[in-house]
Amino acid sequence: MQPYPESVPLPSADKRWKLVEATMRRHGYKASALIEVLHTVQESFGYLDDTSLRFVASSLRIPISKVFGVATYYHFFSMKPPGEHTCVVCLGTGCYVKGSGELMKMIEREAHICAGETTPDGKLSLVAARCIGSCSLAPAVVIDGEVIPRAQANAVQEQLRRWIGHDSR
Amino acid sequence: MPEISHYQVKTLTIDGKEVCASEHQTILEVARENNIDIPTLCYFNGLNGVGACRLCLVEVKGNNKLLPACVTQAQEGMEVTAHSPQLHEYRKLIIELLLTERSHVCAVCVSSGHCELQSLAQKLGVNHVTLPYLHEQCKADGSHRHFVADHNRCVLCTRCMRVCDEIEGAHTWDITGRGIRSRMITDMGEPWGDSETCTNCGKCVSVCPVGALVEKGKAVAEMTKPNFLPYLIQMRGKGQ
Amino acid sequence: MTLDELQEIAESEREAQKKITHRINVSVAAGCLSLHSDVVFNILHEEVKKRGMEESCKVKAVGCMGLCAAGPLVRSEPQHTYYRGLPPDSPEVLSAIVDSINGRPVPEFALSPEIPFFAAQKRIVLENCGEIDPERIEDYIGVGGYQSLLTCIAKRSREDVVQEIIKSGLRGRGGGGYPTGLKWSMVAKAAGEQKYVICNADEGDPGAFMDRSVLESDPHRVLEGMAIAAYAVAATKGYIYCRAEYPLAVKRLKVAIRQAEKLGLLGKRIGESDFSFEVEVRIGAGAFVCGEETALIASVEGERGVPRPRPPFPAYSGLNHCPTLLNNVETFANIVPIVRNGAEWFASIGTDKSKGTKVFALVGDVVNTGLIEVPMGMKLRDLVYSLGGGIPDNKKFKAVQTGGPSGGCIPEQFLDMGVDYESLMSAGSIMGSGGMIVMDETACMVDVAKFFMDFTRDESCGKCIPCRVGTTQLHGMLERISEGKGRMEDLDTLERLGNMVKRTALCGLGQTAPNPVSSTVRYFRDEYVQHITNKTCAQGKCPCSKAPSTAAGK
Ligand SMILES: Cc1cc2nc3c(=O)[nH]c(=O)nc-3n(C[C@H](O)[C@H](O)[C@H](O)COP(=O)(O)O)c2cc1C
Ligand code: SF4
Ligand code: SF4
Ligand code: FES
Ligand code: FES
Repeated sequence: MQPYPESVPLPSADKRWKLVEATMRRHGYKASALIEVLHTVQESFGYLDDTSLRFVASSLRIPISKVFGVATYYHFFSMKPPGEHTCVVCLGTGCYVKGSGELMKMIEREAHICAGETTPDGKLSLVAARCIGSCSLAPAVVIDGEVIPRAQANAVQEQLRRWIGHDSR
Repeated sequence: MPEISHYQVKTLTIDGKEVCASEHQTILEVARENNIDIPTLCYFNGLNGVGACRLCLVEVKGNNKLLPACVTQAQEGMEVTAHSPQLHEYRKLIIELLLTERSHVCAVCVSSGHCELQSLAQKLGVNHVTLPYLHEQCKADGSHRHFVADHNRCVLCTRCMRVCDEIEGAHTWDITGRGIRSRMITDMGEPWGDSETCTNCGKCVSVCPVGALVEKGKAVAEMTKPNFLPYLIQMRGKGQ
Repeated sequence: MTLDELQEIAESEREAQKKITHRINVSVAAGCLSLHSDVVFNILHEEVKKRGMEESCKVKAVGCMGLCAAGPLVRSEPQHTYYRGLPPDSPEVLSAIVDSINGRPVPEFALSPEIPFFAAQKRIVLENCGEIDPERIEDYIGVGGYQSLLTCIAKRSREDVVQEIIKSGLRGRGGGGYPTGLKWSMVAKAAGEQKYVICNADEGDPGAFMDRSVLESDPHRVLEGMAIAAYAVAATKGYIYCRAEYPLAVKRLKVAIRQAEKLGLLGKRIGESDFSFEVEVRIGAGAFVCGEETALIASVEGERGVPRPRPPFPAYSGLNHCPTLLNNVETFANIVPIVRNGAEWFASIGTDKSKGTKVFALVGDVVNTGLIEVPMGMKLRDLVYSLGGGIPDNKKFKAVQTGGPSGGCIPEQFLDMGVDYESLMSAGSIMGSGGMIVMDETACMVDVAKFFMDFTRDESCGKCIPCRVGTTQLHGMLERISEGKGRMEDLDTLERLGNMVKRTALCGLGQTAPNPVSSTVRYFRDEYVQHITNKTCAQGKCPCSKAPSTAAGK
């Protein structure tokens, strides 16, 4: 018996695969590490695609349908490349009673996309969250990783217009 | 009480009838042995139980939760109620919910007459649906050489997935998404015909309770599911 | 490290602290950080340095002080003053604060610790939050950290520790309120070579952030509680399942684990005994149902986080089919004080059946949004009006929602009820994890119910039919009512279907999903009727109020 499976060749020379491999090695290539490994893939590449899922499946010796099942079960994992900028609107209870539902609708109208989508030009991804733990500063919006406490509709709108305004014709 | 070999025999009652259970038997198994009919859908003799469809829920005295008979072990002194107006009401509602979820139009289904959903509905007396139809939109996949998968008829019992994994060892089937958006998939959700792992064994088709997985080219009347049970039990016996 | 060595570190840490005469604590928990408290920290630090006072005055990064609404928060000692809402872009103000440390506090920003928000609290779980630097283990050791663990290992039997927890009357803070000691003794007695301890830090309830604050402000407290639990039930491996939305908590936990391992307080042969306990952090991936224990275990195993029927309970067959002890963050954070001060002390706090304190997240339409810890049994009215400071803009109170998507809305007539597990249950809600969302008169209860059904429908794993299809149907019905297309019969169907889902669903998610609907139908039936018969939403929240009304309503 060999402790590790024969190593599966990396999909390409891209250095980020090394990071993915390192996570798998740290967990001894155990199937239970699947979610941790998918986190590393998403952190490194921004999303999960066919190539990465197949690579992870064969490295951890997990059926490919199962890997796909896990990846699509959890909402944190994305199967599409993210836009250049990301806007997360919290739709948790604390934020909802403080009007984040309206805020979301406003942004959807502004960007002509629905929550969970990216603008066709790849500028902006709009994401809905279920509480990010900033409920005391509701409504919370996260723009490119930075939490905007007590988000104001017009301030968010202004920011978004700077990214998508010109070519929305 | 007579001593029966070294087995630990348990006595319990189901719907007032006194019955015996051997070690590790489930309530459902004991009931069936004694000709007490408990409706089931996700259960398939020979596959691991998942307790998902909730049709087999029974009342057990002293427990304020309803328990799934298919995965609950029989215990000494249990007083089980498998049939009550309340349970009947719940079972009917479960079937009704299923009927509203996707498109179950029996008139155009090749499995009509051999469909467990259909016979459950008849048996439980679900003769009209009062809740609105949700009509979740699903694909029909005819890409496989021998079989067709029409997800509009799938009830997500996961029998196909379990038989493919536990018996065939291929694990071609799994579930993608979650909640009302759950769908059965082959491999990475590509057409079944393109699957690299499917061995064309047809076990999934044999265990599917409805018309979601069927053999190709069968006319409505011809589509009977091969009896798969003895084979499965035999296989499991070997595996353990 | 032995107990004596630990005490030495604690002693020298306290000596070092004594030299510092002035202290300016700056909250760097996520709430205040989002208001740029890191900038405030840096400026204050610079100002102190400029004055050459580093020796005697320490600007310290600490965890959450609770009053998140007024961040960035700072506390200055020995002035005994909080500062609220400090402008990170105004070095003048910050400089004035440093200048004033020996005199009167800067009045525009000062906040007395005597206001009810602070004074009416009883901080046990949160005792170190806002006091110690969460990223320095020495700080934690300085306040007596890890002494309880090493004392247990060196001087107390496993059975003795379990008994202590049983006697304390502590109940699980994750929502169910199951007696913690009983659970421990089940796992302790369960047969199995390998046992696990898992900390549930999934905190999926929207509008709740107690666990987040504890993890960000005092991670060692949770780790020590887990290690004591592991010792008591003879487990050797632990996991903390933390949701991905809490990156700062994950980071601080990882730092804390590394520090504790380095000092031999976690890992192999703790306190130079035979007891080993290793802890790993596992990160969730956005699935509310993974807070349910069997789903959480499936997720730690790398699978779809789908619940399975119980029995078997995790205490007998959990992670990798081994006996597994699973408790909530706040439950673990209660362990150290119980072991340190004794079960009697703990049992003397709170009510008859609900002992100790509870941390609540006060959010929504209330002035002092933030985190509070109060003895069990405190009146709802005091929570909302005294600590919470009442409803902003002189609006009227309508309801408080507890228990998240599994709970209900509690109307005004219950304001004088003492809050504990039983009373909330009798009012048609549950304690849940401690989120309290206050809603004023402008809230529409149909809209709120619809909001929660949308949540549970979206978060249902889809395994069982009653929850998967039932929640979708219930949501559809509420949607129609909110659009003015409801019928009176729908109210009966909501109840009939809701009851069926509660009784037949596989896991707690489905079994409680209809609660927000049933409690609002129960207490605010007239609002539903109004939507159905008048086809209008008096609060203007629902679509029907926007479309031209077809009814002849006035
Ligand atoms: C749908 C659902 C979500 C839950 N979410 C959480 C959670 O986020 N955090 C938590 O500690 N417990 C949660 N629980 C409760 C846990 O299943 C479990 O009872 C608890 O973690 C046990 O710890 P305790 O006894 O210390 O409370 C949830 C339960 C259900 C049914
Ligand atoms: S395809 Fe058939 S066997 Fe598979 S889950 Fe659907 S109904 Fe069940
Ligand atoms: S009640 Fe809902 S979340 Fe729980 S198992 Fe059933 S479908 Fe899944
Ligand atoms: S509800 Fe939005 S951050 Fe908690
Ligand atoms: S047959 Fe028991 S739950 Fe489906």
